[in-house]
Amino acid sequence: MIRVEGLHKSFGSEEILKGISTTFEQGKTNLIIGSSGSGKTVFLKCLLGLFTPEKGKIFFQDKAIQDMNDDEKRDLREDIGMVFQGSALFDSMTVEENVMFPLRMFSNKKKDELLDRVNTVLARVNLENVNKKFPSEISGGMQKRVAIARAIVNNPKYLFCDEPNSGLDPRTSILIDNLIQEITREFNITTVINSHDMNSVMEIGEKICFLQFGNLVWQGSNNEIFKTDNKDVTNFVYSSNLFKKIREVQLKENAPR
Amino acid sequence: MNPKKYLADIGSYFIMLRGVFSRPTKASVLRDLILKEVDELVINSLGIVGFISFFVGGVVAIQTALNISNPLIPAYLVGFATRQSIILEFSPTFMAIIMAGKVGSAITSSIGSMRVTEQIDALEVMGINSLNYLVFPKIIALMFFPLVIGISMFIGIVGGWVAGVYGGFSTSDAFIQGLQSDFTPFHVTYAFIKTFVFSFILATVPSWQGYFMKGGALEVGKANTNSFVWTSVLIILMNYLITQMLLS
Repeated sequence: MIRVEGLHKSFGSEEILKGISTTFEQGKTNLIIGSSGSGKTVFLKCLLGLFTPEKGKIFFQDKAIQDMNDDEKRDLREDIGMVFQGSALFDSMTVEENVMFPLRMFSNKKKDELLDRVNTVLARVNLENVNKKFPSEISGGMQKRVAIARAIVNNPKYLFCDEPNSGLDPRTSILIDNLIQEITREFNITTVINSHDMNSVMEIGEKICFLQFGNLVWQGSNNEIFKTDNKDVTNFVYSSNLFKKIREVQLKENAPR
Repeated sequence: MNPKKYLADIGSYFIMLRGVFSRPTKASVLRDLILKEVDELVINSLGIVGFISFFVGGVVAIQTALNISNPLIPAYLVGFATRQSIILEFSPTFMAIIMAGKVGSAITSSIGSMRVTEQIDALEVMGINSLNYLVFPKIIALMFFPLVIGISMFIGIVGGWVAGVYGGFSTSDAFIQGLQSDFTPFHVTYAFIKTFVFSFILATVPSWQGYFMKGGALEVGKANTNSFVWTSVLIILMNYLITQMLLS
């Protein structure tokens, strides 16, 4: 579980996050949504420790990251897996080397054992026969799956994904979303996904935090988001024509006869 | 010109150096990285270094010969001037500036691309000291750069001999006599001391430009240009300071 209390982050005079408080639950897919510039990526990077917030605390289980010493922070990092928006695979390494990388850095196991683990994880994300290929030789969807495999290879307690289905076709997006949800449940991970894709919200949004101009203006589940009266949320959710039509149908069905 | 920005830049360079020498990467991984960098930065530079050294050595010999019209000046001066030019300046200093273009650009663009594509963030999220992982192996690899400069000195002098003798500007005996006359071994030591300092600049300045760049592909190009300018300026400045300290 991750708990955030009163998180503030500024760049120069511009305040990006304005006191965010929320909880991300274990074994659930937690989504941070909001339009571009709402502070989603900054929030995620604060959770990851890539940005240092000016105020507020982030608790991993019951310990605030701000109160951890260097060793505790290092241990925490070994429990974190991250899927970046552009996959961030090391392009000088093969798929196998990419997935093996965190294992090589943090374990003293023999190469055969490392290879076994790599093959198990690659099979889990439905990737076969790509071990010796370089990231530039595989498709965007495959790269995302390799990134997921690399993120879970060390059995992390926390999985962070920054727009995991950006640049993917709708079918592959759903596959990636479902894969993340399956892994979250299977390994009982606390997963936090940064997204602006409403399909993801519908598919896997067990807990949703809606950000606008650096404020957390709404939180709830994927069932609740379609019923809320919060204007900012409805404007965001129904900004696409497809969801507008769905809304119209829903309203018609619910209208008194 | 903004003095505050320059001070901030110098500060960030030293902050980077502190990061490079702290929290070392796992030894077995570091060893592989160092070997890879030696191959990419040092071994792969031998071809271009040999080519340039040979022909510049030849040009120095020809120009020296063509500028000696006074019969009172001994013929062995061609070999002497070639040796001194190559050992004192051309091989250590100008080869370092040429390498700032080749090796420096490669370092800046590879680290800059990793920054743009979030690969450096990925290292940090995994709990790896990205500065130590990326920059330290390059510093160690470029400590082999004096070896390249030694080869450059040898090939440059051979180039001078070939051009001087086969171009009809000097006899082989006179050229070799020139190479041996008034030889000061400390000049070679001085050249290698310079080379060690330049190696450190060659590894760290382009890494610093790549690591702290912001933006996209366009900025990688700009960082490359800045890297070359800063590296060259620092090499020229350090060349002056070391020469003043060691030879005057």
